[in-house]
Amino acid sequence: MNLALQPIANPSAPLARRNPVAKLAAAMLFSLPLLATLDPLTPAIALAIELAVVPLFGVRYSTLARRAWPVLVASLGLLVTMVLFSANRTGTLLLELGPFDVTTGVLMSALGLILRLFAVAVPGVLVFATTDPTDLADALVQNAKAPARFAIGALAAFRLLPLLGTEWQMLTLARRARGIDAGRNPITAVRLFVSTAFALLVGALRRGGRLAVAMDARGFDSGLPRTYARRQLFRTADAALIAAAVTLSAATLGVTIALGLFRPVI
Amino acid sequence: MSEVVLRGFGWRHAGRRAWAVREVDLHIAHGERVLLLGPSGAGKSTLLAALAGLLPDDSGEAEGTIEIDGLDPRKAREQVGIVFQDPQTQLVMARSGDDVAFGLENRGVPAAQIWPWVSDALDRVGFPYPITRSTSALSGGEAQRLALAGVLALRPGLLLLDEPTANLDPAGATLVRESLGLLRDTTTVLVEHRVAEALPLVDRVVVLEPGGGIRADGAPEMVFAAYGDRLADEGVWVPGFTIPPLKSATAATPDLVRGEGVGLAQRLAPVTLGVGAGEVLAVTGPNGAGKSTLALLLGGLMAPTAGRITGFGDRRPPHKWRAATLTGRIGSVFQNPEHQFVTSKVADELAVGPRRMGRSATAIAATVADLLDRLRLTKLAGANPYTLSGGEARRLSVATALATAPRLLVLDEPTFGQDRKTWIELVTLLATLRDDGHGILAVTHDDDFVQTVADRTFALGQARLRDPLPRRRRSHP
Repeated sequence: MNLALQPIANPSAPLARRNPVAKLAAAMLFSLPLLATLDPLTPAIALAIELAVVPLFGVRYSTLARRAWPVLVASLGLLVTMVLFSANRTGTLLLELGPFDVTTGVLMSALGLILRLFAVAVPGVLVFATTDPTDLADALVQNAKAPARFAIGALAAFRLLPLLGTEWQMLTLARRARGIDAGRNPITAVRLFVSTAFALLVGALRRGGRLAVAMDARGFDSGLPRTYARRQLFRTADAALIAAAVTLSAATLGVTIALGLFRPVI
Repeated sequence: MSEVVLRGFGWRHAGRRAWAVREVDLHIAHGERVLLLGPSGAGKSTLLAALAGLLPDDSGEAEGTIEIDGLDPRKAREQVGIVFQDPQTQLVMARSGDDVAFGLENRGVPAAQIWPWVSDALDRVGFPYPITRSTSALSGGEAQRLALAGVLALRPGLLLLDEPTANLDPAGATLVRESLGLLRDTTTVLVEHRVAEALPLVDRVVVLEPGGGIRADGAPEMVFAAYGDRLADEGVWVPGFTIPPLKSATAATPDLVRGEGVGLAQRLAPVTLGVGAGEVLAVTGPNGAGKSTLALLLGGLMAPTAGRITGFGDRRPPHKWRAATLTGRIGSVFQNPEHQFVTSKVADELAVGPRRMGRSATAIAATVADLLDRLRLTKLAGANPYTLSGGEARRLSVATALATAPRLLVLDEPTFGQDRKTWIELVTLLATLRDDGHGILAVTHDDDFVQTVADRTFALGQARLRDPLPRRRRSHP
């Protein structure tokens, strides 16, 4: 288990350099309003805009595709689900898969959903691909006034995550050494998985407890006002990024409404 | 520099009947460096936690007084720094410099002062990398140096060290002791079970009496001359007390398990070796050479990516055996005993292996009773394995491997971090098993173990070189 969440972008790219909180806010303000409509055009326009700004974040398209593979898998799943269960079987019949009629209507609904998924996921992938976790925690505390107890605490816990992978392997091997394996019995396999996961959890809690004591001993959360070793500044350009995101989102919705394609969720 | 005064101090953890420490009268003057000793369970760690102000009022009951520069430790937190055993759970940040800065931020040190202080602290411990070095790329010893720097950056008057080298291999422990040797101008209280190595760092030894009070206090030579025998009996590693060797009288028989050119990609370069019945084979070598990997491969727990392992006349290699077959032939003992515990009672833990092998209930009961007795665990039969002390947990993990009566035992660092008493018990037990015809393979850093009981040593090659990094290239963001 490897958590590859380290930044992979060219850090000097104009938008990658922006304040992490600004990037996060821009991503959310741009993509969330688009969820208000069910038509396929809105997410298509949004996705086009997102793909157009990718170079400004210093991310290569190939890197983006590799980071976004879970989204690709999820969209395949969506396609299959829609083919099997879609209630909307209107439009021209394209293909008969046994009892399932694949029609243009089915494909359009599937396309709409898949585009929505991408339109929401890509900004998130861009933000985390161009943001160092430490910078994000700093910015959350300094610019978004998030409690340090929460932001820095989460950051410290995050550092321990990769250890869980090695720990899981050792626990699995140790169980085999004790004479415990599942063989071909699926019920035993599930029970073994649960007991290993429980041991992993117990170990993680103990480690977390020790880390908390060590942080406490170094004066964390002692009630004194903290100072910041690393300044995160919120500049005009950061405000401009957020404003641009809101404007583009509104414009996208405007186009859809003007064309009469707006289909509200509720 | 701080001054510490304890008058009749005692502490009882909530829910416990016995006092962890009691009736401690102690005066530690400015700049003194004290080694705190005592058999396990004498309350050394509790005393350190009390000095660090880490015992909240509601977590137990106190008696007497404890003062640091005239203040209650909970109010003197800024004067006190503490370093714990495990470097992994002391580092908070992803980059080395940020980690040292963490404590300074918490204390509200002005931003302009933080980076010079960080540099200064890193220099004091001899940290060789730039401040941007990732904390996850550090070895154990380097990480512990960084943890020490993080504490020193706060300029504590009193520095507390709770077995700072106990989780480190010898090279890492040396790194940390070198850093500690550079320290001046702090009052220091050190708890450390490898006494000989710690003595150059201290000028006074205080021995806690289990059950209350202080048994001895003074210069190291005087304390050890008067109390050395008794401390050694109680499990303290008193310098100069050697243990007679326990080598095998007979030659080893043909191999129980043999590996021909076995290796694992990225972790172990191919090696050829076998372990015979009636011998103790020690596998030694630097960190990263793949010692633990070799133990896992020969123990039938992992599949090699190169070469082939055979044993016990089986056509198939050990990693393809069913787990129950494997435990009847090879018993593996992991470095961390807690990885191996699967039940919530010591006695149940011993019954797991035999039950998986389909032994009868009476046979299982007899095995459990015998092992509890041989490894002095009878009183703990009903205890939860996770609540055992380090030495008890180690004895239990060895006992679980013995419960299925395997011919071959594979142990990873069996004596690591053990007190002298448990060490002697383990080494004697392994020698007895060997003389009864078991084969024993032990991965170890412990020279004393090799000298005392190993009949043969297999030295693994040099570790792959770490990436060379420029020294002292620091930039301040």
